[in-house]
Parts: sequence; structure tokens; C-alpha cells
Amino acid sequence: MILVIAEQRDGVLHRASWEPILAAQQTGQPVQVAVAGVSLASVAGELAAAEVEAVLTIEHPALESYTPDGFVAVFADVVTGTQPDLVFLPHTYQTREFAPKLAVRLGRSLITDCIAVKQRDNRLAFVRPMFQGKFVADVAPTGPAPHFASFQIGAFRPDAVTRGATAADIRAVDITLEAAVIRQTMEPPFKEAKQAVDLTQAERIVAVGRGIKAQEHIALVETLAAALGAEVAASRPICDSGWLPMDRQVGSSGQTVSPKLYLALGISGAIQHLVGMKGSATIVAINKDAEAPIFEVADFGIVGDLFEVVPALVAALNAEGGGSSGAGHP
Amino acid sequence: MKIAVCVKQVVTREWPLRVDDARTWVQDRDASFEMNEPDAYALEEALRLKEQHGGEVVVCSAGPPRVAQVIREALARGADRAIRVESNALATADSGMVAEALAAAIRDEAFDLVLTGLQSDDQGFAQTGVVLAELLGISHATIIMEVQVVEGGLRVKRELEGGWFQWVSMPSPALLTIQSGINQLRYATLRGIMAAKKKEVRVVEPPADLAPHHEILELYVPEKAKQTRLIEGSPVEAATELVRVLREEARVI
Repeated sequence: MILVIAEQRDGVLHRASWEPILAAQQTGQPVQVAVAGVSLASVAGELAAAEVEAVLTIEHPALESYTPDGFVAVFADVVTGTQPDLVFLPHTYQTREFAPKLAVRLGRSLITDCIAVKQRDNRLAFVRPMFQGKFVADVAPTGPAPHFASFQIGAFRPDAVTRGATAADIRAVDITLEAAVIRQTMEPPFKEAKQAVDLTQAERIVAVGRGIKAQEHIALVETLAAALGAEVAASRPICDSGWLPMDRQVGSSGQTVSPKLYLALGISGAIQHLVGMKGSATIVAINKDAEAPIFEVADFGIVGDLFEVVPALVAALNAEGGGSSGAGHP
Repeated sequence: MKIAVCVKQVVTREWPLRVDDARTWVQDRDASFEMNEPDAYALEEALRLKEQHGGEVVVCSAGPPRVAQVIREALARGADRAIRVESNALATADSGMVAEALAAAIRDEAFDLVLTGLQSDDQGFAQTGVVLAELLGISHATIIMEVQVVEGGLRVKRELEGGWFQWVSMPSPALLTIQSGINQLRYATLRGIMAAKKKEVRVVEPPADLAPHHEILELYVPEKAKQTRLIEGSPVEAATELVRVLREEARVI
């Protein structure tokens, strides 16, 4: 049996929870889904639509807000009690915080950020990116079951989850939780006030990464964006350095965008960036490294020096601005 | 406040990575190495906390002898002393093994605060810090963007997905995994580099029973999700052709 740990907040299911459910279904093994919190009826009902053996609800007043200590304590009991062969989770920020501790408490380990599951030489192997997405690896757990794995958001299509003919059983799990084991006090989530730019509405985006090398070169990117009628965006390191404000960041910790055109300049394409832009309709990459992972998702690419290509692009766009594009045909 | 910072040495970003002959790791024998970037932010945060609140910063790293380089760099930036766990087996070790090696080396020091970067640039399992917290039996929080020292413990700003944050309070001792961008990094000064040579570096062996938790069966270049059409030619030719393609074929400009 595979136990999937789903994620919810304030009675709203995290959509990424469907992905480990699908990964579990695809192995052909029976699947159970566990979810923790308070007032879980609606979330459990939603999860029970999937073809799974059961949905296990873990309710306790001390679980009203997520805490790593609370979640490690209750899921350690649930895993011990249900004895799954595998435990799957979505690779959310919350999973990253509690799941490694959960696995270690049970004397197990966790393989994170997986994008596929396969059989290899009669062993179960998890496929995951390595070296910032330049490579992937087939990784096999060692030691006794259960083995834990978390799945990268976007690696599976949530709408491909098999629905059951009838709703799955929903079972409340009896747990004891000493409130004293919880050492963290969580305050309500908030957004930084100055989220001035809504990149999700942009039709065209020019995004810049480490390849721009210095803050004074950002002007070059802005010139190209102006010529394209595009918004300027950036990968995380550019915002970390303060070269562009944080609200221009695309990726797992920034905005998720899907414009008509996404032009990536000097962005290598670490997975944290790709998850924020790979849904774009047309992706163009300009990068000096032909093996950069950004080319795995790009429709069009130029392998070259952006300091030569971008001025040429600006010139070409401005030259065609006079409406001559249709007139060149013989 | 007595602070430990755990840093990893990784191959530099500029190094052209190739899979090795065994197809389980990269060819790194002649590579240049650097401090894992999120760990550099963790070190900077530790130095700032010491400057504000006093105490000591101890840099810790586990790996083959070459990790002495990142230890030296951390000492030059201002760490007070170092603990280095030396073992060639740790060069490609999984995060559980590294955490076990670090836990054994630092447990007796009873640090008030342990900092790590949120993940490594090589394997990227994003769990060495969390596992270390469990092995040390201390509270933790991950992906931290601000640290406040309060009565009896810490109040920290935790990054959530999609631009959301959350403040979390906890008693010390605690472990935090630090997000890149939490601060602006300092460089080592010449004075710092000179001073580093006199600082204490304790070299220890990892526990004898260290064993891997999983096995890399094969490392390979991923299959492409899309067939990228590469546009060739001089910069001017390529730029002109790209504009034509975007205008006439993709119709996005």
C-alpha cells in the first residue's frame, strides 16, 4: 500500500496533492490518502473522489495551523499504524520542512523532488533532477520499507488522477497528540505589501538571469522589453542581489506565469525557475551554454553572447517597427 | 549566542559538468569548487547575528580534505573557528549521511543556533538541515528570510510559496535553513584572510557506521521536453531570423 500525505490549509486542498496520488496510482498498488488539520470534511470529500482505498483524516485542535513538530508527531503514528510500503508527498515548502524529520524519526530516508517512478533491474527507482537540473538521476532507496518520496510540483498532471466509481471510504484516525511536543508558534501567512507588478497578466515577458553579470546591464534588458512591449522579470539570484525588485521574480518562490512569449536571457533554467514559466506558450532562450537546462523547455534558442544578440534584436525590432514586415515578400 | 553554520563545498557554477565513467556522479577531479550559495547566506546571517548579539560563529563542513578551502574562506569572512569532518566517502554522500556526520561532530558543543543553507546546488535534496535538527533533537524552521532574537528563543520569517511569508516563533536551541537573498554577502578582507590562518580548525572523523540511505543507479542528461529550434548565424543574422520567426510563425509579437 502507498500512503499519500495530502496538504491543506484552512480547508482548502493544495492542488499539488493530486500529483503524488497520481504517481501512486500509476504504480498499480493500493493507495490511501492521509490529511491532517481541523474541519476536514470538505477536503476529505474532495480527495475521496479519487480511486483510492481510503481517505484517512487526522483531526486535532493542535493541528489547526501546521507546525513541523505537530505534523511529524501525528504522521509518525499514522505511518507506524498503517504500515505502508511507500509514503508519497507533494514537494511543497511544507513537505520540505517536516517530511525529512518524519522519515528520520522512523529511521527511514526521503528521496525529494522526484519527477517519475520506474522499475530498474527489479528495483524501484525514483527519477529526480541533480546539479540544478543539468542532469537527472535514477535513485533507489536502500534499507527496509517504508520508503519516502516527494514529487516535484508540475511533474504529474493533477487532472489525470483516476476517479473512483464511488467515493472512497473516509476514516477518522484516532491519534493522541501532546500539545507540549509542539515547539513552534505560527503566525498567519501574509504577502509583502509592495507586490506592485502582476506578471501573471503580462502577454510578453523578457526575463533575465545570472548571465547579465552586472546591475548596470539591466538597462539592456529593459530596452529589449520596451521594443517587444514586454514586462521585465528575473530569476531568483537577480532579485537576491537587489538588481531587480523581488516582485519581478518568476519561479517557485515568486510568480508563476504563462505569457504568449517568454524570452529568457542568460537564465540557466534551474528547476525552481522552470516551474514558474514552463507553461508559457512560446519560450525563447538566449544563453551562451548550449547545455543549459533552459533549452529543455525552449521552443526557439540562440546559443550565443547575450551582449551581442540583444542589441541586434533591439535593432531588428526597431527596424521592422515601420510596418515593412509584410512588404518583403516577393 | 553560540552559532554553528554548516556549509557544503560544491563544484563551481562555471565548471562544465560531465557525467563520470561510472555514470553515477560528475567528473570533478580537476574541477574548481566553491561554497554552496545558500550556505554562504547562512554564514553571513550567523556573522550578522554575532555582531548584534555577541557570541561565537563556528563553521562546520563534512567532506574530503579539499573542503578545507571553504572552511578557510568562512574563517576569512569572520567565523571564529571550524570543525571539519574528513572522509572521502562524504564527497558524494546523501543528505542523511552528511547530517549524521555533522551531528556526531557538533552534538557535544551544545550550540544555541545551527544554520544551514536551504539546499545544495549539487544534489539538492533540501534536507540535510532538517535531518540534522532531528538528530540533535532541536526545533527547526526552513527557508528563512529574516531572523529576530527574542526572549528565550527566535522569531523567524519563513518563506511560503508564491510570494507568501509567515512568522514563526520557537525556543532555542534551534536549527534554521536559510534562503538565498536573506542578506547581502560580504567578501573576505585581506586582514580577514591573514587572521584566518591563526584560527582553530578541529578535524574529526565521521562515525564508523555511516551508511548510505539510497543509491544513485545512474546519472544522465534529461530527455528534452521540447524540440528546441536553434537559430544559427552571426548575432545580427540570428536576431533578425528570431524576430521573423516570432512575428510570422509563432505570431507572438
